[in-house]
Amino acid sequence: MDKNKVSKSKQPLYLMIPLYIACVVLAILSIVPFWVMIVNATRSTTQIQQHAISFIPGGSIAKNFSILNAKKTFNPVIGFTNSAVISVGVTGLAVYFSSLTAYAITAYDWKLKNAFFSMIMAIMMIPAQVTTIGFYQAVYKVGMTNNRLMLILPAIASPMMVFFMRQYLQASLSMEIVQSGRIDGAGEFRIFNQIVLPIMKPAIATQAIFTFVSSWNSYFMPLVLLTKSEKYTMPIMVSLLNGDIYKTEYGCVYLGLTMTVLPLIIVYLFLSKYIVAGVALGGVKG
Amino acid sequence: MQKKRSVVDYSRYGYFFSIPFIVTFLIFTLYPVLYTSIIGFTDMKGLGNTNIHFLTSDPFANFKEVLSSELFRLSLFNTFRIWIYNFIPQLGLALLLTAWFTDNRLQIKAKGFFKVIFYLPNIITMASIAILFRAFFGYPMGPANDLVTRIKGPGTEIKFLQDRDTTRNIVAFIQFWMWYGYTMVQLVSGVIGISPDIFEAAEIDGANRVQTFFFITIPNIRTILLFTLVTSLIGGLNMFDIPKLLMNGGPDNATITASLYIYNQAFSGSYKYNTAAAASMIMFVLIVICSAILFYIMRDKDEAALKKLRKAEKKAMKG
Repeated sequence: MDKNKVSKSKQPLYLMIPLYIACVVLAILSIVPFWVMIVNATRSTTQIQQHAISFIPGGSIAKNFSILNAKKTFNPVIGFTNSAVISVGVTGLAVYFSSLTAYAITAYDWKLKNAFFSMIMAIMMIPAQVTTIGFYQAVYKVGMTNNRLMLILPAIASPMMVFFMRQYLQASLSMEIVQSGRIDGAGEFRIFNQIVLPIMKPAIATQAIFTFVSSWNSYFMPLVLLTKSEKYTMPIMVSLLNGDIYKTEYGCVYLGLTMTVLPLIIVYLFLSKYIVAGVALGGVKG
Repeated sequence: MQKKRSVVDYSRYGYFFSIPFIVTFLIFTLYPVLYTSIIGFTDMKGLGNTNIHFLTSDPFANFKEVLSSELFRLSLFNTFRIWIYNFIPQLGLALLLTAWFTDNRLQIKAKGFFKVIFYLPNIITMASIAILFRAFFGYPMGPANDLVTRIKGPGTEIKFLQDRDTTRNIVAFIQFWMWYGYTMVQLVSGVIGISPDIFEAAEIDGANRVQTFFFITIPNIRTILLFTLVTSLIGGLNMFDIPKLLMNGGPDNATITASLYIYNQAFSGSYKYNTAAAASMIMFVLIVICSAILFYIMRDKDEAALKKLRKAEKKAMKG
């Protein structure tokens, strides 16, 4: 920050004041919706009906919780477990196999390598929505619609991540290390697992965070595939709060939302440094 | 590798290590895409129907039905309307913040803090945010109406989510609110990547802030700007969570997006998998066009980098 020491006279007030005001307003805009949500989760429905905006917590959180519990449709424990299983599976598979694929493209010379990489570039932007109908029909035919594996396994082929990992490997992998591993008699697969993967740790960490978050938040594919309520993921559980039985239970809806949002905010505050750096990296990539 | 006697051909491992990716891609992406396109030519409808029975009289009937459907056209209109109302302010604000945050002469404090806070909404589950905003704009007693009645007095409550344009704008606002921080962080990192020499030269030449921004910064982050535009467009074409959970496409179909149209065709009402598949393929063509533009941009960038490298080499050789 001190690299460019600029005298204070160069920071005109007519610019600095509106600038800070704008930043503070935007910061408030980011925080207030969540603040109102958390506060309302602790207030009774009558309190919310009188004044829906309040910055002072009420004392009805236990009552809201018991109402939420009694209705039984919204079950955060089940949602949390299912989302955790799917997101961990997706993240693990995506990170491992994308690294492996990127290594195959970077470290070896094979005939179809360039064609393969072009294909990865080309399919990078195929969104789930385009494949949905065929995917649903195929999965339905074999009776696997409520099988979580159908949401996890596709992560093995994550073209975006392969692209990112390849860029990282090109910059950080030296073939000498791989050669020395070969001289020591290690097999190719072992070299990948014990030498290459550790080199890729920083890239893996960034990609893992983003994959986990996007899998945790994904709503479309689970909505299409999962029909049994015991398989519902967190976003589908949340969507149940739109139902008629919660129509008049405002405090209870806010509490349900808080239960899904607060853990994310807490995790984000711990990892924000890495996450923002990761987004910046994505920008350079493009 | 130099010694001839020890030549071991490792290339086959390139194939081995790519097999999981390729197999998964074939099963979970290519097959579904092909299957979707086939369904587009069949009469597959009704819950649980999986029979492939091709249309005989007019193979393109589903595509014609979708293209001539008022609702599909409306959904395309809504998608673009919401996307434009989200993207223009989003990019404008992101650019303004980028200009401030990267201006060495301004020395803003707490940049890192602001970045973290601006990015926060992006990480929260869209489904939760949609339902949260549905509660915020509730009638008669959501927080928005609480604000209105506190200012204007009782009896002035507004039915926000009953008005078509208001609801569209709320969807656009949510998208804007969730994504401007992301765009800004990307643009800032792009500007930081520009060589500081250029800015110094501009400062010495007496360029003011506005000139520096428009003539130095923007041309140098052109690639990232285009990348942002295209990824946002593709994301916008797939907009689903917010319109689905805010008002389920309503009021009066005002927030039905293309994705929501496809979902509703296939998974509600009369379960018309065939027209949904046809609509998917039409959207696919639109997205392929966008991706082609993106592909072009990325290739262009590599070429530009190569050119720079060659120039540097020439310089080095001359010197």
